[in-house]
Amino acid sequence: MKNFQSLSEIRSEIADGKLSVSLLVKHYLKQIEDMNGRLNAFLSVYADEALRQSHSIDRKIKNGTAGKLAGMVVGIKDVFAYKDHRLQCASNILQGFQSQYTATSIQRLINEDAIIIGHQNCDEFAMGSSNENSAFGPAKNPINEEHVPGGSSGGSAVAVASDMCQVSIGSDTGGSVRQPAAFCGTIGLKPTYSRISRHGLAAYASSFDTVGILGKTVEDIALVLEVMSGADEYDSTVSQQPVPRFTEALKNNKYKVAYLSETLEHPSLNYEIKDQLNDVLEDLKSDGHQVAEAHISMLDYLLPTYYVLTAAEASSNLSRYDGVRYGVRNEGGNLESMYKKTRSKNLGVEVKRRIMTGTFVLSASYYDAYYTKAQRVRRMIRDETISILEQYDFIISPTTPTTAFKIGEMKEDPMQMYLEDLYTVQANVTGIPAISIPIGFDNQGLPIGVQLMSKSFNEADLLDISKQIITFKDQKR
Amino acid sequence: MKITKEIVRKTAHLARLEFGSEDEDQIMNDLQKMVDWVDKLSEVDTERVEPLTTMSSEINAFRDDKPKPHLPRKDALKNAPKHNSEYFTVPKVID
Repeated sequence: MKNFQSLSEIRSEIADGKLSVSLLVKHYLKQIEDMNGRLNAFLSVYADEALRQSHSIDRKIKNGTAGKLAGMVVGIKDVFAYKDHRLQCASNILQGFQSQYTATSIQRLINEDAIIIGHQNCDEFAMGSSNENSAFGPAKNPINEEHVPGGSSGGSAVAVASDMCQVSIGSDTGGSVRQPAAFCGTIGLKPTYSRISRHGLAAYASSFDTVGILGKTVEDIALVLEVMSGADEYDSTVSQQPVPRFTEALKNNKYKVAYLSETLEHPSLNYEIKDQLNDVLEDLKSDGHQVAEAHISMLDYLLPTYYVLTAAEASSNLSRYDGVRYGVRNEGGNLESMYKKTRSKNLGVEVKRRIMTGTFVLSASYYDAYYTKAQRVRRMIRDETISILEQYDFIISPTTPTTAFKIGEMKEDPMQMYLEDLYTVQANVTGIPAISIPIGFDNQGLPIGVQLMSKSFNEADLLDISKQIITFKDQKR
Repeated sequence: MKITKEIVRKTAHLARLEFGSEDEDQIMNDLQKMVDWVDKLSEVDTERVEPLTTMSSEINAFRDDKPKPHLPRKDALKNAPKHNSEYFTVPKVID
């Protein structure tokens, strides 16, 4: 079966009688069966259930009662609650956990007749940039299996890139959707903070966490965003703003695009990525967009701010994993010792590192020097970013400083790994939306992504410009 | 800022974690690198800047306070490593 690029393509084949949802589900299940042993993208596959649902959706399509997402088969990162299905956040500490309810974002997809085909591999509690911090072992990059797929939503990017599902739902706290999208050659959107309800998304850093979407085309991403967004009575921080029709956003408008010279001159940036980004800037100009240089003074402070605040929030959020209400327990004589044994034995190295960092910056003697300081710097970064976006519609940059690195290459040096998030964390520190789109390959054939950021709640224009860049890339091919 | 064993032990206790002696050296080393790295923030003059403490533009978008069935007790208990018919159970806390 061919690799369908969008749901509209799938729906038109169904309308022509050439395809059915059940055939499509069988196709994805076959893809998973053939490749998952090597790529380790899915942690669980809901085959019988997906097939059962496909028959009922085929009937609905015949009767003209099908929802907007009928025919869309979706994989979800192992951080989303899906009632009566396992959920482990790729951690040993949640062994055996079954969700008692479904995340709002996922429920909205199901309500529109999407089919959830399985839970996908990721870094433990979404902490990582390579999918190597998973209790289930790393997912592999389908373009070259010796390389990482990126992270933390690694399995989600692998699944879309190797056609094991049409769309994946990931989470993005510092680049966890965009970075693996760039490494695997798919599109990855991190919407505005609070655009999509976080109810049922296992918390990592609550003032950064965003539900994100990985897909093959801008059209699919627009549609899924439209379905998932908006007010939800189970998330008191979710935006009450009306949700635009993102599917009608692709208007071919002309825009003002800024590149930040500090990001392009950064010493860690791979020259092939820089060259290809420059090509995109030329394409934009020749297509009638305005492209200009702008400056950011706070670049070097993005990652330290991000790590102080996310570690602090993580240490607080992950205190719930104590062996009392869910997951596994290691007995230790008394209650305190039980907490310590349970947590120490069942949380991974990177997760413990961040909990320790977070606990340290929140402890009484260091709170002001680190935590409050980072909150102040966060405001300065946000203000500077907003002022750039008052003059320009978008900030364009590489998504990542390098292409997909080799499995194990950065294992010994977590600080080097943190640098991978250099360009992506800005959107999470400031709450604005950002997207990564594939623009080409390096000399090893590994994908390269470009990132665009816009003002808060302006995903519509972000999708429009992304579609235009992809279109002229396609025309050149 | 020097990270000492004492700081590591105190922090680990606050985080309800424990480390064997080898792991303790490793985490001390990691924490030291992390702290040295984030010390970069001290270069920034934040004298007149208020901390940014919330990212959502919504203020407590609560649902209406109406009674309705919530998570049944049986479901709430089903994931617990140890429980009886009514409660999560833990090692004895009071003698």
